[in-house]
Amino acid sequence: MAEAAVDAPITKLAAALAQREKAGDVVVAPFLTAGDPDMDFTFEALEAAQAAGATLCELGVPYSDPIADGPVIQASYTRALNAGASLEGVFGLASRASAQLSMPLVAMTSYSIIFRRGIDRFAGEAATSGLTGLIVPDLPIEESAALSKACRQSGLALVRLVTPTTPPERAARIASESTGFLYCVSVAGVTGERVSLPQQLKDRVLWLKEQTDVPILVGFGISRPEQVREVGEVADGVIVGSALVRHLEAAGGSGSDARQAVLATIASHVGDLVTAGGSARGSRTGGDGR
Amino acid sequence: MASSTAVQPPYSRVPDQLGRFGEYGGRYVPETLSAALDELEQAYADAAADPAFQRELDDLLRRFVGRETPLLFANRLTEHVGGAQIYFKREDLSHTGAHKINNTLGQGLLALRMGKRRIIAETGAGQHGVATATACARFGLECVVYMGAEDVRRQAPNVRNMRLMGAEVRPVESGSRTLRDAINDAMRDWMGSVETSHYIIGSVVGPHPFPKIVRDFQSVIGRETVAQCEHDLGRMPEVVVACVGGGSNAAGMFYPFVDIDGVRLVGVEAGGHSASPGSHAASLSHGQPGVLHGSLSYVLQNQDGQTSDVHSVSAGLDYPGVGPEHAYWRDAGRVDYTSVTDAEALDAFDLVARQEGILPALETSHALAWTIREAAKMPPEAVIVVCLSGRGDKDAAEIARLRGFSEDMSHG
Repeated sequence: MAEAAVDAPITKLAAALAQREKAGDVVVAPFLTAGDPDMDFTFEALEAAQAAGATLCELGVPYSDPIADGPVIQASYTRALNAGASLEGVFGLASRASAQLSMPLVAMTSYSIIFRRGIDRFAGEAATSGLTGLIVPDLPIEESAALSKACRQSGLALVRLVTPTTPPERAARIASESTGFLYCVSVAGVTGERVSLPQQLKDRVLWLKEQTDVPILVGFGISRPEQVREVGEVADGVIVGSALVRHLEAAGGSGSDARQAVLATIASHVGDLVTAGGSARGSRTGGDGR
Repeated sequence: MASSTAVQPPYSRVPDQLGRFGEYGGRYVPETLSAALDELEQAYADAAADPAFQRELDDLLRRFVGRETPLLFANRLTEHVGGAQIYFKREDLSHTGAHKINNTLGQGLLALRMGKRRIIAETGAGQHGVATATACARFGLECVVYMGAEDVRRQAPNVRNMRLMGAEVRPVESGSRTLRDAINDAMRDWMGSVETSHYIIGSVVGPHPFPKIVRDFQSVIGRETVAQCEHDLGRMPEVVVACVGGGSNAAGMFYPFVDIDGVRLVGVEAGGHSASPGSHAASLSHGQPGVLHGSLSYVLQNQDGQTSDVHSVSAGLDYPGVGPEHAYWRDAGRVDYTSVTDAEALDAFDLVARQEGILPALETSHALAWTIREAAKMPPEAVIVVCLSGRGDKDAAEIARLRGFSEDMSHG
């Protein structure tokens, strides 16, 4: 397979990550459900996240049976689907956001949705709509050859996940095959906020950095500035999902005041994490990355 | 035995190393579960090669479950229908009243081998939940059962029995509040407890190696049936029938028959109210290939890949997917899959209750409905064997309610 062209979607993602790396800032990657409560709101929330300093955004594609997700994201997906969110709608949102925002977008989607659409067709439509990569939490590496090929052909990143239960040999293989960045899952379990992060997390991230050239972002359980500082000492960035998504319910079915209030909450939460990520720069180890 | 047992090409030689039944099956799960599934696969391979394991399981099946279960000639039903001879494979006589115990004892022993002392399970009709609670009590294991809130209502006697044996039953309020949602929550629990818990999945669904393991443990049904047909009838039956939700009793019944030439195998799905979307649970009859709960099989879903709502009067068949081996058998043309409606299943329940003195489970009643209809079209020398997968005590109150004489019962 040929290398991705210069204007391939993954290039936009890599450039945004490299820029933060150069500045020494911790990447803050918010996760937002597409279409909760509606696609227009999600667009405004993406705008707010970019303005607050997010490096990239993960766009959650609503799915009826998300087994990797905790109650907060599951409920958000259910609200979005009940409000009529469709794959067309998600790609439409991605097209609009990628045209108007500089921040790269990565879709988080179940393989059930990709398979039903058709693997090549999905990758092609994702790239056309301006998405820069895919995270497919229910697709282990053994099953991923076809999608991996389709992503290479479409110039999309295929972000892999390693977890605390992944044995070292397997983790090394996953890390080396991940493109765009590597998603390091902080805890064994589903998505959702956690009070504390495991002690061994830093050691794992440092070990993973030796296995791959792509940046490492830590997700699951991250919600607070002090966690960003802690994780930012070793990792390139953090992904924050449930802590933001839990606010979305308040934006549904109410007037514009409530929507504005939720946007402000998301902006200030992302802003706090970005600020914490900036102040972590002095203490970062291995800041030269690769 | 007669020449009718010529072995055909390789229907029984699945799955492959990646858990593929033809193109179906596989392992589509979060990375957090990969290591545990590898561990389970290894533990099962070790157990399968260990004669002591099989001896222990066989002993439990004999003394604890009461196997082998009989093959019964349903003479009054046969006479009433006026066609082929109908035989029942009496899984309803198993301890806990259904075939589910065959699997939970096997997987319970695997959990012990892996040193996992906490068991998670999902249940629809409650039969798998009861069978899991039973195995856990027998082995001294902690047991948590996820059950859709709608099913908790429909299958109250089984909820009570699980709790009496020390299991914790957690009602699931999300989604359609049925079996599919119970599997989601059981998998989420397992995501967070995978290093200390084993998930005893109740059907031939889920990620590899579950469909293979459950099929193997349930195949005792078909092996006994083959031997009983040889011994009692001196030949193989023309037709073997089983109901299919996830498909575990059918897989266990069919698997020993798939390479026996000349035996027609029929899986009967839940046709619900009608064939329109959302009114039934017939994945093989009306679905298309898709990924659900960790494997690729036939799924009822919309064009975006969202799982459809399904309906069946029977909680155990109220599921939008089906085991991947059934998808393989369907495409290979080895098994015929069809469906009957709620109303036909309820009529079959009534008829079998009155003609045979057996209250069959509503799930089983689907297989019986097809049998009653088709046997009438067959000659009297033909033989149909139905897997009588479970007893219907759990359904009696709900059927009485549907039949409108619940008030009579409360006065009784």
